[in-house]
Amino acid sequence: MAIEIHPERPQGAQQPSGGEPPRARPARPWWRRPAVHTALIGAVIGYVAGHWLGNFLSSGYAQNGLSDSNDVPIILGYTFGVIGWLAGLGVFNDLLRQMIGRPVQTALEEEAASNGLARYFRYSLDHKVVGIQYLVGMITYFLTGGLFAMAIRTELLSPTYHIMNANSYVEVVGEHGTMMMMMMTSVIVGPFGNYLVPLMIGSKRVAFPRIEALSFWITPAAYIILLSGLLFGGFPFGWTGYAPLSIQATQGADAYAMAFGLMGISVILAGFNIIVTVICHRAPGMRWSRLPMFVWAMLTTSFLFVLAAPVLFVGMYMMITDRTFQTAFYVNQLGGSSYLYENVFWFFGHPEVYILALPGFGIVSEIIPVFCRKPLFGYKVAAAGMIGVCLLSFFVWQHHLFDSGINPDMRPLFMLTTELISIPTGFIYLVALGTFWKAKIRFTVPMLFALGMYFNFLIGGISGVFLSDVPADTTEHGSFFVMAHFHYTIMGGLIFAFMGGVYYWLPKLMGIKMNERLGKIHFWTMFIFFNSTFLPLFAVGMAGQPRRVFEYARNLQTINDWVSISAFLLGGSILIFLINFVWSTVIARVPEPGNPWRSRGLEWQVASPPPPGNFTHVPVVLSGPYEYGVKDAPPVADLNPPPGILTEAVSGALVGSGAGPAAGVGQGTGA
Amino acid sequence: MAAQTPAATGTAAEPRHGLRIFLIWLVAAAIADPLIWFVWGPHMPPGDMASAAASQQFDINVMAVMAAPVMLFVLIYSGYALIVWRYREGDEEDGPPIHGNVRIQVSWIAATAAIVLGLFGFGTYELIAPAGAGAGEGPSPIWKPTGSTLQVQVIGQQWRFTYRYPQFGGFETTQLVLPVGQNVAFNVTSIDVIHSFWAYQLGVKADANPNVDNVAYTKPEHTGTFTVRCAELCGLWHGAMFDTGQVMPVPAFQAWARSTETRLAAVTRMLPPYALTYDPTVIPTINAAMAKAGITGANGYYYPPQDPVQP
Repeated sequence: MAIEIHPERPQGAQQPSGGEPPRARPARPWWRRPAVHTALIGAVIGYVAGHWLGNFLSSGYAQNGLSDSNDVPIILGYTFGVIGWLAGLGVFNDLLRQMIGRPVQTALEEEAASNGLARYFRYSLDHKVVGIQYLVGMITYFLTGGLFAMAIRTELLSPTYHIMNANSYVEVVGEHGTMMMMMMTSVIVGPFGNYLVPLMIGSKRVAFPRIEALSFWITPAAYIILLSGLLFGGFPFGWTGYAPLSIQATQGADAYAMAFGLMGISVILAGFNIIVTVICHRAPGMRWSRLPMFVWAMLTTSFLFVLAAPVLFVGMYMMITDRTFQTAFYVNQLGGSSYLYENVFWFFGHPEVYILALPGFGIVSEIIPVFCRKPLFGYKVAAAGMIGVCLLSFFVWQHHLFDSGINPDMRPLFMLTTELISIPTGFIYLVALGTFWKAKIRFTVPMLFALGMYFNFLIGGISGVFLSDVPADTTEHGSFFVMAHFHYTIMGGLIFAFMGGVYYWLPKLMGIKMNERLGKIHFWTMFIFFNSTFLPLFAVGMAGQPRRVFEYARNLQTINDWVSISAFLLGGSILIFLINFVWSTVIARVPEPGNPWRSRGLEWQVASPPPPGNFTHVPVVLSGPYEYGVKDAPPVADLNPPPGILTEAVSGALVGSGAGPAAGVGQGTGA
Repeated sequence: MAAQTPAATGTAAEPRHGLRIFLIWLVAAAIADPLIWFVWGPHMPPGDMASAAASQQFDINVMAVMAAPVMLFVLIYSGYALIVWRYREGDEEDGPPIHGNVRIQVSWIAATAAIVLGLFGFGTYELIAPAGAGAGEGPSPIWKPTGSTLQVQVIGQQWRFTYRYPQFGGFETTQLVLPVGQNVAFNVTSIDVIHSFWAYQLGVKADANPNVDNVAYTKPEHTGTFTVRCAELCGLWHGAMFDTGQVMPVPAFQAWARSTETRLAAVTRMLPPYALTYDPTVIPTINAAMAKAGITGANGYYYPPQDPVQP
């Protein structure tokens, strides 16, 4: 078991306040320090330089052979723009400093030295700052995607009449899907994973603070690039980007490929950081069998990140070379294959779907024991379920291609693997139902969202079994049925869990409480209107309405109008959340310093928000996080272990015996 | 893990929750399943106009009958738990420390595994027995119907489907007409991007990939009209890529096919010879030749793009 060893500085490091940074860098005025404004300047300079270079290199080409335009300047502009953005943020400063032999701050020093609002606009190495940055970023991306959804439902109010023209409609559909699926890939790993994993495993910091911060700062760049696609005419191929449509599309497709590729890099970086943090930075006594379920979820999700996203990146890279250098990876008549893209995309795309489910499982598994006041039922089953989902998710991708004509004789196999994945997913329900047994269930806002998640994901999961069956899928594939199915699993599952996480952990993240009354109104409106929006869409799909169409059968207008109106009300519900979020965090700011939920989680044993460095000392974990109602359960951790115990832990004395820590630190001040 | 079973943790005065939940579930499932099968089932999409559609309808019904009890169990159990075991004012004690129950966990895993493996066996049989169940089977299908088969080539292009009848001289038309009671093989291909040929009431869905011949089978059982839509986003006017096909009695179909063959004979001669796939790069050449001959449009640009702004 690895332990955080090096921050044991002789003096100063033991102070909870963090004390003075060892080397105070000369303070410069804010506008001379790298932050968002310098990043924007860097991005503009980079884009202009890249665009000029592209024009210079490809001036001979009026257009690409396959697409209608010359894409080289755009691609190079985006690439150099991103590099300029990162350089402007100061991402490379420490690298350069080390190259010329100047000292650099460690993450903990940087964390102790910086405070105030300005640090949220900088390339901060503090995982808590990165978590908040991610939280605000993800909510922004979510709201943007949601506005596109409202536009789609407005168009679908009528079966024929066009509020938008056909071009705008496919642009909006593409932006909505891509914003929600790609920008929000790390919707939970980003904010909660980065913020809470070190706190939950008793670490003072994450393994790779710079990589973690970089993973966040790539996302605003991808967001801007993705939206900039609209200036070039958008992309007419949804979030899947099937070739050869994506090769023939106009320059908006470059924005899609660049932004998606960037997000691939971002999640790979985020995943590596979480994996190494969980494996190497657990506190003494934090055995695998004591790891909170949320950390298990983050770990399995991160494995999906690092194993699936490279495939996406390569897929996007090949798309870019097809569009610029006139390779023909995806062009059938020139020796490529459109099946190649479908395979590559879904080899990433299906793990992606579980990337958007596992964190939700983690959050609800974390919430229900607290509000049932009971241990989690079947801890090992829950962990096994997540690992099982993680492994199986790599073996199911061709169920997206049942009708495509690829490997028709392999379809029974993929039907089997797809149906098998419902076994580990079922574990999550077994765990929940077992935990409810004779519990004392408290209907707090986070608990309501967790229960809503179980309800919605049940519908989403069961409809997924319908889709796994090839004959049934032949009717449902490509229709609104599929669309309703994955909105139930992702919005009804992941976003409900995300909301539950916000209400549950915001006191931890910011030391302030969300308004509970508004929270309950938010939950009930969101729950009712979510179901009233997406439940009818199963019927719409079964009745023969394909996805991503702006025209549909007249007899489906009533039900489509019902869905649209529900969707607007659902948008109103998200607005209530936004009002609550802004009201609670900016205006009211009701302080909530302690442990409002009486949770045993290690993250709740320190002050809210956690002090710089999280823990004064590296804690020694004494028992699991879910021992509610266990009469003689020791406190979850000793936050003030006697000196020298770390050395003992390093030598392995504590790791071998289970009872060791409890006996060894009996004198410590319990949690 | 605690060795005690949940039922044993209650005192003698406490009702037997497990039994209660089971009985409520049994009654609910016993009501729901016949309702689904007998009342809802016959109306389940996509109907029974063709053999493939009927087999899909059967599959969906079976899945619904399997799914309803599972969903009811989770919902009834949770509903019961939320009502009976909710927090009562003033009760600040924690719940019983049950960490797990091996018997329940093992039986849950066994039950879900049995359902899943059963569904897999059923699904595989249902895929093979009705000749691929109407799904696209690629260029060399391994599950084929027996007996004589009418071949219809479906050519996807932005943004309409055209149909060629190789057994009638290979004429190409925008009208999809089929005889009743005869096996139909759709050879689905595309000459630009990926489309998906979805004949909803026939239960056929097959992706149209450029340079790929994707075969799907069905057998229309009733006469009438059916809807064809494109089920794969194919660009700007994807939403407008639909038409209506017709299933006719065999003599009427024969008459239609013969007369169309004669009527379009001149055009058919100008078309590229019937093939399983077409190379999109030769289309501009053909197109130019056609235009020169005074014939508006052929394969690819043969039919001018529909303007479906107000259909």
